[in-house]
Amino acid sequence: MCIDCGCPSPGHDHHHHKAHDHDHGHDSRTVRIEEDLLAKNDRLARANRELFRDKGLFVLNLVSSPGSGKTSILERTLADLGAQTGFAVLEGDQQTANDAERIAATGVPVHQINTGAGCHLDAHMVGHGVERFDLDAVDILMIENVGNLVCPASFDLGEDHKVAVLSVTEGEDKPLKYPQMFQAADILLINKIDLLPYLRFDVEKCKQFARRVNPAIRIFELSCHSGVGMDAWYGWLAEGVAKKRKQ
Amino acid sequence: MHEVGITQSIVEIAERTARSGGAKRVLSVTVEIGALSGVIPEAVEFCFEACSKGTFLENARLIIERVPGMGRCPNCAGETEIDAYSCECPACGAFGLETLQGKELRVKEMEID
Repeated sequence: MCIDCGCPSPGHDHHHHKAHDHDHGHDSRTVRIEEDLLAKNDRLARANRELFRDKGLFVLNLVSSPGSGKTSILERTLADLGAQTGFAVLEGDQQTANDAERIAATGVPVHQINTGAGCHLDAHMVGHGVERFDLDAVDILMIENVGNLVCPASFDLGEDHKVAVLSVTEGEDKPLKYPQMFQAADILLINKIDLLPYLRFDVEKCKQFARRVNPAIRIFELSCHSGVGMDAWYGWLAEGVAKKRKQ
Repeated sequence: MHEVGITQSIVEIAERTARSGGAKRVLSVTVEIGALSGVIPEAVEFCFEACSKGTFLENARLIIERVPGMGRCPNCAGETEIDAYSCECPACGAFGLETLQGKELRVKEMEID
């Protein structure tokens, strides 16, 4: 059993945590606790982050509603960059290994995490998920979260960036409807822009709404289908890898 | 519905503390939930009975203290109550308010026997 996270899987390494001091007020029956509910997740996320830093990994957590094109963006990115950059992919879904099979077809190491009833990935799942990979051979770890614009916003996985994907077949007001997610993400990919001639999606309005929620958010407009806009995204990935290697 | 996991954490934290304090059971547990935490207090209440069954917290009272969201305007520095990150400043209409309070998600204290 892992003594750090309490799960039955042996042999993985967490960086060590300090014991908490609690004030147990012996004269009183009231005990102060003051412990964050996400403390366990955050502790495991810190351990993940330390591991990723030690290995020089650039780690992205892709979040969006189902169907925005996360897996397709990954497929295209891996196909275009896989020859010169080492990738590994963690796939999160409630059920099926469909996405992992699509990624595996590109030749990139992939591991599927099924959350069952769970609506998000947490740091614990990611910590064990990466045990499947030879991290020394990886430059970029892509984590595709469960398609859900609500719950994944609250869970730190130890990633460098949360990357929100919003496709133009959705409403441009998604950032206003799900502000927490667009606040937590610092990168926004507006996907499927090749479809704009057929839709009434207002890109400028969408960007404006995203910046209302998060003035610092960086936005890329692209289509992983036609390939338009992908170069800017690749440029940003390359910058991220270079920065991470230097650290 | 990440409230199930959140509620399990409440039980886990309280039970661990109760055990190490030599308590036999927990009578009540007080939790702070901020308006911007992404957690719905009613859903936590709903999950609590099921999550506490068979633990030190079975039949314990769950007390939820709601912490309102507070933000500061980047433009006029005015402070205002906010319920979402997209709120605009009521005084000057600017966006991007800095969150001062409301993200709390914390087990505050408990009463033990």
